[in-house]
Amino acid sequence: MNKIFILTSAVLAFIAGTTNAIAAPAVDEIINRANLAAYYGGDDGRAEVVMTITDSQNRARVREFIILRLDQKDGGEQKFYVYFTKPTDFKRTVFMVHKHMDRDDDRWMYLPKLALVKRIAGSDKRTSFVGAHFFYEDVSGRSVDEDTHELIEETADRYVVKNTPKNPADVEFSSYTVWIDKKNFMPMKAEYLDKEGRRSRVVEALEVKDIQGFPTVTKSRVQDLVSGGETISEFKNIKYNIGLQDNIFTERYLKKPPKEVRN
Amino acid sequence: MQKAIINTKRTGGIMAALLITLSAVSGWAEEDQSWRERLSANYQTEVTGFTEIRSGWRLADDPHEDDDSINEMRLQLDLNKEFTRATLKLKGDLVGDLVDEETRAELREFNLQFSPLEIMDVKLGRQVNTWGTGDLLFINDLFPKDWESFFIGRDDEYLKGPSCAVKSSLFFGIFDLDLVYMPRVAPSVYIDGSRISYWNSMLGRTAGQDFVFADQQRDNFGSDFEFASRLAKSIGSTEVALYGYYGFWKTPEGMIPATNLLYYPRLAVYGASLRAPMLGGIGNLELGFYDSLEDRDGADPLIRNSEWRLLTGFEHELARNLTGGIQYYLEYMQDYNAYELTAGPTPKDEYRHLLTMRLTKLMMNQNLRLSLFVYYSPSDQDSYLRPKFNYKITDRWTVDGGFNLFFGAEPHTFFGQFEDNNNAYAGLRWNF
Repeated sequence: MNKIFILTSAVLAFIAGTTNAIAAPAVDEIINRANLAAYYGGDDGRAEVVMTITDSQNRARVREFIILRLDQKDGGEQKFYVYFTKPTDFKRTVFMVHKHMDRDDDRWMYLPKLALVKRIAGSDKRTSFVGAHFFYEDVSGRSVDEDTHELIEETADRYVVKNTPKNPADVEFSSYTVWIDKKNFMPMKAEYLDKEGRRSRVVEALEVKDIQGFPTVTKSRVQDLVSGGETISEFKNIKYNIGLQDNIFTERYLKKPPKEVRN
Repeated sequence: MQKAIINTKRTGGIMAALLITLSAVSGWAEEDQSWRERLSANYQTEVTGFTEIRSGWRLADDPHEDDDSINEMRLQLDLNKEFTRATLKLKGDLVGDLVDEETRAELREFNLQFSPLEIMDVKLGRQVNTWGTGDLLFINDLFPKDWESFFIGRDDEYLKGPSCAVKSSLFFGIFDLDLVYMPRVAPSVYIDGSRISYWNSMLGRTAGQDFVFADQQRDNFGSDFEFASRLAKSIGSTEVALYGYYGFWKTPEGMIPATNLLYYPRLAVYGASLRAPMLGGIGNLELGFYDSLEDRDGADPLIRNSEWRLLTGFEHELARNLTGGIQYYLEYMQDYNAYELTAGPTPKDEYRHLLTMRLTKLMMNQNLRLSLFVYYSPSDQDSYLRPKFNYKITDRWTVDGGFNLFFGAEPHTFFGQFEDNNNAYAGLRWNF
C-alpha cells in the first residue's frame, strides 16, 4: 500500500513535472522562434527601406535608407548598418549598432557634415528612430530576456503571448501582447498598453512575403494611438546571405560607405 | 582659409543674381524630380546641397563693430562621383556676405578617395577632418576650426574648417592608424577684431575694427607643414586612442617684436583618449600635452607656454527625447612663474577650469530640436551660452535660430572679452 502510494506519487509528480516541462518551455520556444523569424532571417541581409512618417495633422515625412545586418549567432549578437539616402540633408548619415546580449548595445552615428563619429548611449532604446513612430528597439529587436512571457490564447492560426517587462521603470509600457503566426512564427501584431493600461501603440506586419525561403515582412506599420500619428515602412530589394564582411561594421566604413550601400 | 573673393560693394547685385540662379535650380529640381536619378544612373554622380539666408543682430551696440553680426546668403553644392576604384568629392559654397561686403567661393572639399591596399584608405585633397572625444572642446583635434562662424551663428558644420591634406588610414585589425599630412598649415579662423570685438592686452582695452589683428601667415608649401596621427583601438565597447601632432599653434600665439605682427609658433601635441559606455550613458576622458617648441622653458614672454589639457565628460538620456551632457576641462600652464613675471596687468590663471553642459530636447517627431550648450569657467568667472532651435518645416525646408551670449566678471577673460558681441540669429534653408 505504502509502496503503491509512493509509486503513484512519483508517477504523478513525474507527469506533473513533464506537463510543466512541456508548458513552460512552450511559450519560451514560441518567443524564441518568433525572435528568430523576425530578426534573424539568414546569416545576413540587405534591404532598402522607405519610411513614411505621418504626424497627427497628416503631415508626411519620408526617410529612405539601406539596412545591412550580420548575425554573429542566431538569436544572439548582431550588427546593423543603416545608411540614409533621403532626405537629402540626411544623405550619407550612418547609424550603426552592435547588438549585445549581456550588456547595452553599442551604437554610433556618423554625421557627414561634421565629419563626426558620435557615440550614442545604448540604454535609451525606446526613443524614436529618426523621428519615426518606430523605436530603435523595433529596428534591432528587443531582447527576449527583458520580459516575462505568458501564452494567453491560442487561435486557429495565432499564438497570443503577453509580455511583461522585468524592469518596468526602463520602458514606457506596462505590457504588450504579440500575435504570432503559427505557421512560420512571424510576429504579426504587437499591442502595447501604457502605464495606465490603455492601448497606446500598435505595431503590425501588413505584408509578409517569402524571400529565398525566409518569411519576410515587406510592409509594416506603427500607430501611436495617443498622439494619432503613424509610420509605414516598406522594404524593397531584400536579399539574404549576401556574404557581408564583419569589418563593414566598423568606424572605417562609417566614413567610407561600403559598396553594399552604394548601389 | 583660402577663399576666392570677388570684392565688390555691389554684393546686393551679386546676391540677386545668385537668387535667380537658385530659383532656377530649385525650379528645375521641383519640376523634374528625376534629374538626380538621371545623373546618378548615367554619370554615377550624386548632387545635393542647400541654399540659405541667415541674418543676425547684435543685442547691444558695440562701438567697435557693425550692427549686423551676420547677414548672408549661401549656396552649397555637394557632388560625389563614383569611379570603379575611387570616389571624387567636391563640396563648395558660394556666399554673398553683406557684412564683409563681398561675394566669395569657399571650397570645403575637393578630394579623391581610394583604397590602394585592402587594409588602406587614402583621401587626397581638400578635406574636413576631426577626431577626439570632446563635445565642442578640442584637445587632440588640431584640424582647423572657424571660431568666428561659431560665434556669429553659422551652422555647426562651419566650425570645422577644411585643409589640403593627404590622409592615409591603415586598418590592421588589431588597431587603426590614421596619418594626415598637410603640406601647408591650415590655421584656425580666430577672433581678429574684424567682426567680433575682443580684449587687446597690448592696448589694455577692448578693441575691434579699430585694431584688427594682422598675422604673418605660414604659407611655405612643404616647410610649413603639419602632421597629425592617431592610433585607435577598440577593446570590447571601449575605444582608446593615442595621438601625435607636429605643426604650429592653430591661432597666432606668438609675436614678432620688430613688427608687432602675430605669428604661429611651432607646436607638438601628444595625447590619449578613452571613450566607453558607462552607467547607461557614454563617458569620455582625453588628455594632451601641448609642447610649445619655440618656448619650451616658458622664458619667452611673446610665445605661449606649454600646457597640459584634460577633459572628461558624460552624456546620458535624462528622459525620452531629452539628452544631457556634462564636461570638465582643464588647461594647466607650465612655467607659470616665468609667465607671470611678464604677463602685465591682466594675467591668465595657471589653471583654467571649464565646465560645459549640453541639453538637447527633441519634439514633434524630432522635427523640432531645442538645445542649450553652456560653457562656464569658475576660474575665469565667465560663461558662454548657446541656446538654439532647429525646426524642419518639411523634408526640404528648415528654419533655425539662436543666441550667442557671453558673460564675464572681467573684460579680459576667455569668454568675458566677447561680452559686447551678444547676438541673435535666424536662418532659413532649402535642401535639394
